[in-house]
Amino acid sequence: MANALDPHAAIATTASGAPDGPLRTADGKPLARALARSQARAKRRAFWLVLPLLAFILLTFAIPIGQMLQRSFYNAGFSDNMPQLSQWFAENPRGTDPDEAAWTALAQDLQASAEARTIGTVGTRINYDVPGTRSLFTSTGRQVRRGVEPPYQAALLEIDEKWGEPRLWSAMREASNPVTTNFYLASVDRTRNDQGEIVKVPERQQIYGTLFARTFWLSLLITATTFILGFPIAHLLATLPMRKSNLLMILVLLPFWTSLLVRTTSWMVLLQQQGVINDILVWLGLIGNSQRLQMIYNQTGTIIAMTHILLPFMVLPLYSVMRTINPSYVRAARSLGATSWTAFRRVYFPQTLPGLGAGALLVFILAVGYYITPALVGGSSGQLISNMIAMHMTDTLNWSMAAALASLLLGAVLILYWLYDKLVGIDNLKLG
Amino acid sequence: MRSILLLTTTLAVTTYAASAQEVNVVSWGGAYEVSQVEAYNKPFTAETGIKVNMIAADNPATPLKAQFEAKNITGDVFDIEVSDAIRLCDEGALLEIDPADLPAAPDGTPAAEDFIDGALLDCAVANIFWGTVIAFDTTKFEGNAPSTAADFFDIETYPGKRGLPKNPKRTLYLALIADGVAPDEIYDKLSTDEGVEQALAKLDTIKDEIVWWEAGAQPVQLLADGEVTMATGYNGRFFDAMVAEGRPFEIIWDGQYMDMDMFVIAKDSPNPEEAMEYLKFATDTQRLADQAKYIAYGPSRKSSAALVGMYQDGKTEMGPHMPTNPEHMSTAVMDDPEFWADHDAELSERFNAWLAG
Repeated sequence: MANALDPHAAIATTASGAPDGPLRTADGKPLARALARSQARAKRRAFWLVLPLLAFILLTFAIPIGQMLQRSFYNAGFSDNMPQLSQWFAENPRGTDPDEAAWTALAQDLQASAEARTIGTVGTRINYDVPGTRSLFTSTGRQVRRGVEPPYQAALLEIDEKWGEPRLWSAMREASNPVTTNFYLASVDRTRNDQGEIVKVPERQQIYGTLFARTFWLSLLITATTFILGFPIAHLLATLPMRKSNLLMILVLLPFWTSLLVRTTSWMVLLQQQGVINDILVWLGLIGNSQRLQMIYNQTGTIIAMTHILLPFMVLPLYSVMRTINPSYVRAARSLGATSWTAFRRVYFPQTLPGLGAGALLVFILAVGYYITPALVGGSSGQLISNMIAMHMTDTLNWSMAAALASLLLGAVLILYWLYDKLVGIDNLKLG
Repeated sequence: MRSILLLTTTLAVTTYAASAQEVNVVSWGGAYEVSQVEAYNKPFTAETGIKVNMIAADNPATPLKAQFEAKNITGDVFDIEVSDAIRLCDEGALLEIDPADLPAAPDGTPAAEDFIDGALLDCAVANIFWGTVIAFDTTKFEGNAPSTAADFFDIETYPGKRGLPKNPKRTLYLALIADGVAPDEIYDKLSTDEGVEQALAKLDTIKDEIVWWEAGAQPVQLLADGEVTMATGYNGRFFDAMVAEGRPFEIIWDGQYMDMDMFVIAKDSPNPEEAMEYLKFATDTQRLADQAKYIAYGPSRKSSAALVGMYQDGKTEMGPHMPTNPEHMSTAVMDDPEFWADHDAELSERFNAWLAG
């Protein structure tokens, strides 16, 4: 029976004597090495088993997301297609006025890029930093393709005097290095001025700071409301007899299985001004026909709909933890003289914490990235940062900007996760 | 097994078709495709003997771009949006089209003058126009119906909520029109800070009354539910609600925002001559007018307007429902894809900052 793979063999050896020296297995090999070898073999086998899933995750999840996030600091749209001008920027420090060499590089790059039909890409890259310049590049490209004569400075300024603007040259210098922090700066409402210093964008264009703050505040609020609503339900589910609790459980799960869009649209039907709830209130005479409540297409609508949609994510972990709490603890506390409140606060509640932590973390992280519900019921005051990410992905096609916003969101969530681990301990998490 | 069957059938069809004259047209599917099959394809095949293969795509620019990248062009004619037509033309994916090759109007007006301004690009010819228009619920304004873009912003005279799309492109222009800016000065205004401020200030006057929508079906539903009394939306959707569903809506054409769909021919397409034949045939005066029988989108030629007849139900006159009806064109704002390529990101940020504020 005794062999290198059997860890019990080691115990046998220790028990039978040899008090000094390293522990050995029955056949005299050092125990640590034998154990390591047997474990390595088991690990290899386990690795082969998870390999398909690992490869799947790597190919469909990690690599695409990594590539997407890379766009937030790497954009070679300008540097690849304007090599000569990029070279000139590399050789001449910031503050150098563009000389004829620079203008020559610009004109020749424009010509080559227009012929290669990449001028649109170049213009789009500069347009991110200086709005209104995409057409400057494409229209100039169309003209220089027909030929352009030196001196190039005069020729280009003749085509469009915008080419002389310092802000444009500053932006081209920024873009000549594919690695850039500009998208992150823009994500926190900052930009670079003509001298390359970091400054705040004009107030009327500051949007992302507000939206990040609102996203985190609303997510916290939604987590709190799911807790307040979900805790009693979970408790009821955990303490009722099985038959009744199963029925209740289906009521919790049924909406969970219903399409997100259907649930969001149902809330529109219920909450809108000509909707069911307002109709009932008017019918009961609680409010006049002209005083119908605005409960949707604003922040209230976002909070109500998202609380409902995310509620199961709070109830289920809480329920699974509450099921395992032995009711005799509370009874013991009561019999020792605790009031029902004290018994709940000191004995019952602390035992639900692992479920609460898991539920809160799930709801919060899902809420932070929520997109479709706020888009449909959020109106103007219920928009979240994810709506801006979606806008940059689909409308403005500024994927670098979307990636920068998304990585800030991801970073913030990771920091919260880390904080949670420090304060509560991730080992205490119980998902079910 | 089924896929093999399908594959061999497709192959057989392709080889058979390759021997005859044919043209592959990639369009958007749905009711729009039906209108093109009825108005263009059937008479084209009857007249020329060239077979038309209709291929549906969510957005035909996507397969065009993919085929161009892969250097394996299978489609000939593509029906795409203006911004894509300009972009793909800039990238060298499209054949240039000379307006002189297009048929003249029946009265002899050359194509270059017969097409509505902006309908002819270097590589593209518009076939239809569609409008973003204001519609209102007639039951809410009996005896005192709104009639202009300015009325949309007049909450006192025309009470009720307003439905608007949540983007700068289809909101800022309306505010400027309502503020008295001429349609041809809209983009000059929007290029300046003051112009954008002016538009946002106008929107501010009704900001609390606006219900923002995201998808094209929403404005119709908001009106039908009585959640708003006026909304802007796509004219084809409102037409359906009014004529096919009999809803009591009415359209205000003042300050409509016009977009086009363009026909383009892929460079290196397998059937370039047939493609050009098809494009010429489909964009002649009569065919463009015929298409309006099946869908409420306007023909891109001025000379087609007079020939537009009845809707397929046989009793609805289409002329008054066309975005291109001369009466509706006087205050129309044309989409400017170059402007939006330059300013979309900037104005979206401004607009969203305003929304959040």
